[in-house]
Amino acid sequence: MTQGCECSFSVEGEKFAEAGKVSVEIKKMLKKIGIPDDVRRRAAIATYESEVNIISYAIEGTVKLQVTRDRILIDIRDTGPGISNIEQAMEQGYSTANDRIREMGFGAGMGLFNIKNCSDTFEISSEEGKGTHLKILINR
Amino acid sequence: MDVAFLVEKLGLTVRCGEDRLDREVSGGYAGDLLSNVLAGSKNGDVWVTCQAHQNIVAVSVLKEHACIILTQGRQPDTDTIERASQEGIPLLVTELSGFEIAGRIYGLLHP
Repeated sequence: MTQGCECSFSVEGEKFAEAGKVSVEIKKMLKKIGIPDDVRRRAAIATYESEVNIISYAIEGTVKLQVTRDRILIDIRDTGPGISNIEQAMEQGYSTANDRIREMGFGAGMGLFNIKNCSDTFEISSEEGKGTHLKILINR
Repeated sequence: MDVAFLVEKLGLTVRCGEDRLDREVSGGYAGDLLSNVLAGSKNGDVWVTCQAHQNIVAVSVLKEHACIILTQGRQPDTDTIERASQEGIPLLVTELSGFEIAGRIYGLLHP
C-alpha cells in the first residue's frame, strides 16, 4: 500500500469528554489506508497522549496528520502555558497535573514518555507562555 | 476463550455490548492510570479498572481490548455506556476488588 493522506483536527483545552476522539478517528483512517496494526497502534497512542496533554494543560491545539509513502507525521501545536523544563517533563513520573486530572487517571507523568516511545523520531519544543510543538515521526 | 465465558464463570453484570460478547480474550491488564494502560496493555486484553468515566472507552478502542471490567461494583456513567455501546466494547461490572477479579481471570486463562 502506498496510499497517503493529510488532515487536521482541532482540540480544545478542558474538554475532557472529547479526549480520544481525534486519536480514534486517526486510527480508523490509518486502518482504511492499510497501515500495519503495530504502526497504527503506536500512532494512535502518541496521538491520544498528545490530545490529553492539550486538554489537560493548553487552551487549544491542532493535530495534523500527514501520511506519505514511507512514514507517518503527527504534528501537534498548542497555545498555552508551555513547558519550562522539557528535560524534566520528559522524565517518567514527573507531572504538574492537578488533583482533578489525576482522579480521572490522567496526569501520571507518562504522556510525553509514551509519545517518545511510540515514535521513531520525536521532537519537542516549547516556549513558556506561548505553547508547545511536538513532531512525531513513525515509519510505515 | 470469549467474553461470554468470563461473564458466565465470574458472574459479571453486562452493562452494554451484549452483542459483542463473542470477542476473543487473549490476556488481561489491570490499571487505573490511563497512560499506564495505554503503554502496557495488549489487544485482546480484558481491562480491569475502577475508572468508570467515559474516557476509558477511547483507551479500550485504541488498544482493541476484548472488554472492560469495572471493579467493586462501580457503575459506569451514562456517557460511558453510550460511548462503549457505539464502539462495541462490552462494559462489565463485578463486585470483587481488582486484585480478586484479576486473580480469577488469570486462573481461567492459565488453568
